[in-house]
Order: sequence, then structure tokens, then C-alpha cells
Amino acid sequence: MNVETAGAGTLLLVVIMGLVTLATRWGGVFVMSFVPINYRVQQFISAMSGSVLVAVLTPLAVNGDNGARLALLSTAVVMLLVKKPLPAIAAGIVAAALVRAL
Amino acid sequence: MSTVEKHLSRLAWSDVWAGFKQLLPISLFVVVFGVAFGLAAAQTGLGDAATLLMSALVFAGASQFAALELWGEQVPLVPLIITVFAINARHLLMGATLYPWLRELPTARRYGVMLVVSDANWAMAMQALNAGKPGLGLVLGGGIALWSAWCLGSWLGLHFGNAIHDPVSLGLDMVMGCFLLAMVLGGHKSLRMLMIWIVAAGSSLLAYWYLPENSHVVVGALAGGILGVVWMENKHER
Repeated sequence: MNVETAGAGTLLLVVIMGLVTLATRWGGVFVMSFVPINYRVQQFISAMSGSVLVAVLTPLAVNGDNGARLALLSTAVVMLLVKKPLPAIAAGIVAAALVRAL
Repeated sequence: MSTVEKHLSRLAWSDVWAGFKQLLPISLFVVVFGVAFGLAAAQTGLGDAATLLMSALVFAGASQFAALELWGEQVPLVPLIITVFAINARHLLMGATLYPWLRELPTARRYGVMLVVSDANWAMAMQALNAGKPGLGLVLGGGIALWSAWCLGSWLGLHFGNAIHDPVSLGLDMVMGCFLLAMVLGGHKSLRMLMIWIVAAGSSLLAYWYLPENSHVVVGALAGGILGVVWMENKHER
């Protein structure tokens, strides 16, 4: 099914996108309100919360250019040494810019 | 997180304002992404009003860029819905992970906070909450900062998009990735966590290569979560 983008079609599509995204923002909370929070569920949630980010970042590192890879590596090293996010992020951006300038 | 304390769920104006201020630096970069989106939307022929409305209502950059790929005189509705849902499905996990703290709030506030959840404010809030500090103000206040930056950037991109020549060569495309990585590494670390991350990384890569597009985040996160249940922490360890 196709929607014409002439006239009100665009508006309709944008509203549909908004509703789908809202469902993702609310759905997790809604489902969890039926799940009893016991120790097992807490362990699942805390393991999942780091895993979301790892799962976002891994393909970025593997499929990215050398600038992207060295950026993530620099951020990781500085973060583990200094334990402060801002210097770690700055190191990553500088690394990406340097690699890409060479 | 073994004992969720109620004061961590507090959501006073001062918490929201503090969260807003804490997310302002990263919001400056979100303005740049917004400019890139506004420019791309203008080039796709989306129209000013529709572009701004999309940024305001959807507020999820990756899915908005993906929607532009599908845009034309006609837009296929079901692929659009599937694409937007798959890319934004990580919000489901974010809501689930915040739930132990959100459930202390009245229902309207609980869902109100979730209106503006996004990668950066969620990651920062989880780090705070897991360290025993209040975090819901970071979600709401930080989310308002990010949302404003995203809308402002989209507007700037529509009108002055050509001013930014090459954000990639400046490394600006890596800001969000480096930020999220810093959040991961700033959290609780142990051999168990390391194994969970390795499983999440491996399964997300396999999903990225072999499963339908955009499924890798959910697959990797669930795999990491399942290992977390199979290999539970000793209750008295923390």
C-alpha cells in the first residue's frame, strides 16, 4: 500500500511515524507493568542495559572506517584511564578527525 | 540495583533542570545532526512544515534518515512502519530497563518522562541510577534539551544547511558513538559484565550480517540479557 505525498499524505505519514515511535517509547514500560520485578528480572534488565549500547556500537566499529575505529578505541582507552566521559569523547573525535585528515 | 530505593525515582523541578544542563553539551552536537537531517530532508523534497513536524513528533534521528530513503511521490506504508519500528525498537528496551524506577511514579508522569527518551539521556540516566544516584530528571530534563536541539538543528538545516561542509571529516559523526561507549565503560565492570558484553557484541554482529536489517540492536541486547539471567550475580556480592 502506497501513500501519495501530495496534499495531506505527507502529514499522515509523519503522524504515523510519530505514533509508531511513541509505541516503542511507551511499549517497554507498559509491558513491564505486567512483569513482577524479582531478582531474576533485575539481573536481566541490568545485563540488557549495557548490551543495548554494545549492540549499537559493535557494527559501527566493525563496519566503520579506520577513523571510526580509532575514535572508539581512543574513547575506550581514555575512559578506562581517566574515568571521565568528556576527555574520552574529545579524544575519540580528535582521533577520527586526525585519521581522516591524513 | 538489587535494592531499588524510592528516592532514586524522585522527579522535582531541580532534578529536571539539572538533567537539562547535564545534557546541554551533547545537545550542541545533536544540533549538528539536526542540521544534517534538515538539509537531507530539504534535498528529498519533504517540505519545511513536514520536516519540522517529523523532528518534533518522531525525535529519533536514525529512523528519520531511513524514512527519507523511502520518500518519493508515493511512500510504501508497510515498509515505512517496519523500518521505523525496527530502528526504534531499542526504545522498548530502554523503557523496560527504566521501569524499576519509573514504577514509583504516577502513571501520567511515568509515560510523560518516556516521551523524550533517547539514547544519550537514557544512557546517562542508567549510569546514574546504577551508581545509586537519582536519574529520572536526566531522562526528562536531558530529553527536553536533546529534543530542543534536534528541532532547532532541523530548522537550521532547512534554511542554512549548506553552511556545514563536511561534518564527517571533522569526526562529528562519531560524537554519539563515543559518548555511548564512554557510558558503557563508565558503568559497573566485572568478568560477568565483560562476558555479557562479548555475547551482546557477537550476536549483534551475526544479526547485522545474517538477520533482517535493523534487527541487530534488539538481538544483541536480548542475548546479553539472557546471559545475565543464566549467570546471575551472587546476591550478597554487591
